[in-house]
Amino acid sequence: MPLLKSGSLVDDPWISLADGEPLPAQGAIIVSLKRWRDERADLIARTNGLGVCLAAADPAAAVAADLPLLALIALEFPTFRDGRAYSTARLLRERFGFKGELRAVGNVLRDQLLFMHRCGFDAFEVKDAAAVDEWKQAMSEISVFYQTAADSRATAIQLRQQRRSQS
Amino acid sequence: MYRYDEFDAAFVHQRVEQFRDQVARRLNGSLSEDEFRPLRLMNGLYLQLHAYMLRVAIPYGTLSSRQLRALAEIARRYDKGYGHFTTRQNIQFNWPALADIPDILLALANVEMHAIQTSGNCIRNVTADAFAGAAADEIEDPRVTCEIIRQWSTLHPEFSFLPRKFKIAVTGAPTDRAAVAVHDIGLKIVRNDAGEVGFEVAVGGGQGRTPMIAKVVRSFLPRRYLLSYLEAVLRVYNQLGRRDNLYKARIKILVHEVGTETLTQMIEDEWALIKDGPVELPAGEQERIGRYFAPPPFANLPAEAPGYEAERRRNEAFAAWTRTNVEAHWQQGYAIVTLSLKPAGGVPGDATAEQMDAIADLADRYSFSEIRVSHHQNLILAHVPRADLPDLWRALVALGLATANIGRVSDIIACPGLDFCSLANARSIPVAQRLSERFRDLDRAHDIGELRLNISGCINACGHHHVGHIGILGVDKKGEEFYQITLGGSSAEDAALGALVGPAFAADQVVDAVETIIETYRTHRRNGERFLDTYRRVGLAPFKESLYATA
Repeated sequence: MPLLKSGSLVDDPWISLADGEPLPAQGAIIVSLKRWRDERADLIARTNGLGVCLAAADPAAAVAADLPLLALIALEFPTFRDGRAYSTARLLRERFGFKGELRAVGNVLRDQLLFMHRCGFDAFEVKDAAAVDEWKQAMSEISVFYQTAADSRATAIQLRQQRRSQS
Repeated sequence: MYRYDEFDAAFVHQRVEQFRDQVARRLNGSLSEDEFRPLRLMNGLYLQLHAYMLRVAIPYGTLSSRQLRALAEIARRYDKGYGHFTTRQNIQFNWPALADIPDILLALANVEMHAIQTSGNCIRNVTADAFAGAAADEIEDPRVTCEIIRQWSTLHPEFSFLPRKFKIAVTGAPTDRAAVAVHDIGLKIVRNDAGEVGFEVAVGGGQGRTPMIAKVVRSFLPRRYLLSYLEAVLRVYNQLGRRDNLYKARIKILVHEVGTETLTQMIEDEWALIKDGPVELPAGEQERIGRYFAPPPFANLPAEAPGYEAERRRNEAFAAWTRTNVEAHWQQGYAIVTLSLKPAGGVPGDATAEQMDAIADLADRYSFSEIRVSHHQNLILAHVPRADLPDLWRALVALGLATANIGRVSDIIACPGLDFCSLANARSIPVAQRLSERFRDLDRAHDIGELRLNISGCINACGHHHVGHIGILGVDKKGEEFYQITLGGSSAEDAALGALVGPAFAADQVVDAVETIIETYRTHRRNGERFLDTYRRVGLAPFKESLYATA
């Protein structure tokens, strides 16, 4: 899967491991929440990067205490209609202070990129290279935001307030 | 009323261009209908039985005369010369061409309107009491709250892919004209013992195939916590609402399955973590929005309007209209006037382009250029000087908008039904038309008194049949249209769900059945009781008896 980060396609240094698949000697890996729980000690003992993939039903709280150990969290969208990961992402960023890579995987579509980015995702597994242009458009076509989220975009309310205090 | 500032204006225009690009991609084939579907739904564009249908948001049911003229122009230029006002205070155009939609949206944006979030599994257009800012019993104008919610919910990044659609309604008065008990969240503006204004919050109401009355989860929410509390409710629902079954995905099912007490605790726990955080409105914003809803510059009018009183005495038709279509205003000398979109034999909620233009003119002349849409699918001029009522009435008679039937048997709520809708099992409109013909005699209608008759063409209940005093539900029996009848529902402050009276009636029996029910009520009523009160006293038995005993 091509990986989109900061508006460009990048090589993905991470290996997604299925449950039961042997641990590679080297390399950063992403495992399921179950495997993280089952093989925690072995996984921490490795010196390469560690990431956990949460299914849509897994709550942010399931990894909240482990965030210092994790460099990446992947959140799955089984279909674009399943919006649970938006809440999970915001909680990881805003409540639990996760600073690592937050990756959207699964049914990641162009028209959801802006919502995902606003909720704190910074990496996206996308269908193909067309995503680069789509990203540009998705990030530029709307410039007014009505609510605070996990991003740093100024909201209309904040901009109005600034204007009031200047006048 | 609210006016867009540069941010709001930029936003809706950007959305138009975004959708213009999406429509172009659909028309040139680079988007399949499957891929296009979620995009068009986010802009209120449905594919119906015969054509696309565009649902335009009328936030909390308030329109300026300029906006109503723009809707008339859209109806004339891009549709078949009419629009359909809905139970969610929106307007639907039934016949637009896909290629025209971006231009229609542009015409809307130019008058500060849009079709955003009138569809899809997101927070829908927020509705309010149609008498907001005018009702004599109001604590506070609910539209200030609605506009705050409208902005907060617009393209909310976390809550645009909820388990299912999400509807919020707000009333600012103890008399509930906004049906808050059958919304996902119903907000009632209340005053606590200390005299502070806040909200009673109820969650989990709804209609559809599993109708439920909303449960109160907080009896008093201080006003400053509106957004953090809503965000807490939505976050709990987004994470825990069912996604395995479309029919069990509304928040009412979550409330039902986990229990009101547990869900209340979950909301409170989440809220405790976000209250007083960045989601709250900063100082000054509530006041900024509130100023747009300041009362219009009312004149200092006397309480008595002699011309009006004289006309009432000499003109019985006018007097009858004032009894049903005119309500008390808090400002001395003014009245609230409901324009009936329910003429005998008409399609409930339809208005022609010519009527819309004429209503806009009347609003300019008599009501500070403002029009309201009620969830009963009528239009309202909210601030009319009482002295002007005779002239206004004559103008409305000429337009076919003065039927004196508001809150009476022929003031029927009906969904579009099988004439338009791809979900329907049966037609609603022809049943409504035949019923309003049967009860066209206004003396009889007034003798029957207050009666809410609601018709849905399928179990999704867009015609609010569960909360009609008499509810009619179209069902399909082996390819034939049949109609079930429920009794005793209400969407007002005494909200209740109707009970099924018995086996369904064939299309050619349903009007007679309603008449039998009404005659049974007239036999049993005491001392001017409403239909609903008689039903509550005597129960289903006498109605069953008269409907089915001879069969």
